[in-house]
Amino acid sequence: MSTPSTTSSPSRWLRAPDALRRGPSVASAGPPRPRPRGAWARRAPLLPALVFMIVVTQLPFVGTLVISFMRWNALDPGNKGFAGLSNYTTEFTDPQLRSSLTTTVVLTASVVLVSLALGLGLALLLDRRFRGRGLVRTLLITPFLVVPVASALLWKHALYNAEYGLLNGSLSWVWSLFGSHNPPQPDWLSQSPKLAVEASLIWQWTPFMMLILLAGLQSRPTDVVEAARVDGATTWQVFRYLTFPHLRRYLELAALLGTVYVVQNFDAVFTLTSGGLGTANLPYAVYSTFYQAHDYGQASAEGVIVVVLSIIVATFALRTVSSLFREETR
Amino acid sequence: MTTAVAGPRTRAHSPARRPGRERRNRGLLGLLAWLCGIVFFLPFAWMVLTSLHGEQDAAANPPHLAAPLTLHGYREFFGSGTGVSPWPPLVNSLTASIASTVLVLLLATPAAYALSIKPVRKWTDVMFFFLSTKMLPAVAGLLPVYLIAKNAGLLDNIWLLVVLYTSMNLPIAVWMMRSFLAEVPVAIMEAASIDGAGLPTVLTRIIAPVVMPGIAATALISFIFSWNELLFARVLTGVVAGTAPVFLTGFVTSQGLFLAKVCAAAVCISLPVLAAGFAAQDKLVQGLSLGAVK
Repeated sequence: MSTPSTTSSPSRWLRAPDALRRGPSVASAGPPRPRPRGAWARRAPLLPALVFMIVVTQLPFVGTLVISFMRWNALDPGNKGFAGLSNYTTEFTDPQLRSSLTTTVVLTASVVLVSLALGLGLALLLDRRFRGRGLVRTLLITPFLVVPVASALLWKHALYNAEYGLLNGSLSWVWSLFGSHNPPQPDWLSQSPKLAVEASLIWQWTPFMMLILLAGLQSRPTDVVEAARVDGATTWQVFRYLTFPHLRRYLELAALLGTVYVVQNFDAVFTLTSGGLGTANLPYAVYSTFYQAHDYGQASAEGVIVVVLSIIVATFALRTVSSLFREETR
Repeated sequence: MTTAVAGPRTRAHSPARRPGRERRNRGLLGLLAWLCGIVFFLPFAWMVLTSLHGEQDAAANPPHLAAPLTLHGYREFFGSGTGVSPWPPLVNSLTASIASTVLVLLLATPAAYALSIKPVRKWTDVMFFFLSTKMLPAVAGLLPVYLIAKNAGLLDNIWLLVVLYTSMNLPIAVWMMRSFLAEVPVAIMEAASIDGAGLPTVLTRIIAPVVMPGIAATALISFIFSWNELLFARVLTGVVAGTAPVFLTGFVTSQGLFLAKVCAAAVCISLPVLAAGFAAQDKLVQGLSLGAVK
């Protein structure tokens, strides 16, 4: 929202958001009321939340930043001191740690893009009326409502397990239909660990994308679409020139929020592969460097890198949210 | 199919071109939607079915779909075999989720009031400060939090998780609550205070009816995220304050069959989230998109 720099009196300043949100009728409702202590009275309800957030989320990060420049391993407490940038140079030269960087990017990008595409398809399907639409919607959001650890355990043991998982069980069953007793029984988790982690996350995140895109589709002005149809536009033309441009911001929002959440994923990597076989992403690397290797300095440097990566994504995310937000409050 | 129902609304203005083909397409797309719904639901259904099978049947290959149903897995979850009760971790999870949700509402509601009904200067900046804290990965603050907790003797203490979960959900709650409070009719509120209504009356008669559904939705979403959290719970708690997700990871054993047991435990631990999620279904998007989508 643009700050109303043209107004000079403090009370009008304060009322500006109201005026912008509710239109001129409310803004002109009352005469300007100068309130010397009004500003602090207004701020008071906000302060507890603000102070709480600064103390609990911002101060620890300052700690992380400081420790990231230190040589500090809990297993070697005598050798503690300033290390300069060495934690960062290790991070970018150690092949294992560098791979956690690329894994994070690949994992996040593939999960977000695939679940976005699937979510779009499902949202388009659910945007039309058919019998039992509400029930199908409920079925579709179920994956998102399974506790993430539970879902990771489900995929690891009940689906992927080479001996008794459902995937190999189904293969045996299909092969037995054709009289074969020698079905392929791949070990999904060790043969394609990244794909396995990605598939379980895509299952979990597609409903999220679908919900946001469905909300976008349903906020689309129907009269324009109907007018276009009367004028003889095909379904594809309606999608390409009306639905898609309207949906673009929702696609961006879903992708960015999904990225923000998936970048931070820990549960799936921790449960499915324990970070083995090249699936360790940065949050897992921070966890294992800190919790298993007790290298506090290195873990902090990794934390700072995750934050820098997130800030890049978040800048775009914030811009998108703020454009939707501005439209809503207009 | 429901073309008869859908017809009047969606095709009222469109010329009835190729009605037969359109009707068939509509039916096919409905069928496809159903198929997708079932495919996405299948892993969950399989989890529930497996949880109701005996361990031998659960580990059968090819799968033994029609195996006799038993509550053995659930009895195991409640400690019939090992004597380990699931209640302490469940109570820990409930404490952490409910206490942090209450704290979130206590902090977020006044803040949202100061960001919508009587907005402070530069209130949008404040909104985006809250949002930006949500965008930074929690893992970045993990180590200092651990060190502070260790020095303060707060490790393995459920109230530490309460504080952390509150900070995790507060930004979402502020954004959600603001979008609900923005719907409060300010004109009516001002008219009421001119007519002599005090703040309590305004709060209970005008603000509460509009905002209560929003508070409920915010509470449910905050509850879900706290209940699901694993990383902090794992690093900062031990035997005393361990939460349900941490407890769940302990069901995987290196010896013997455990599939039915794990599935039963996973179902039990997911139940509160499923219930909260289905209850808040309509508000779920708004919460997850931080109030940007309605």
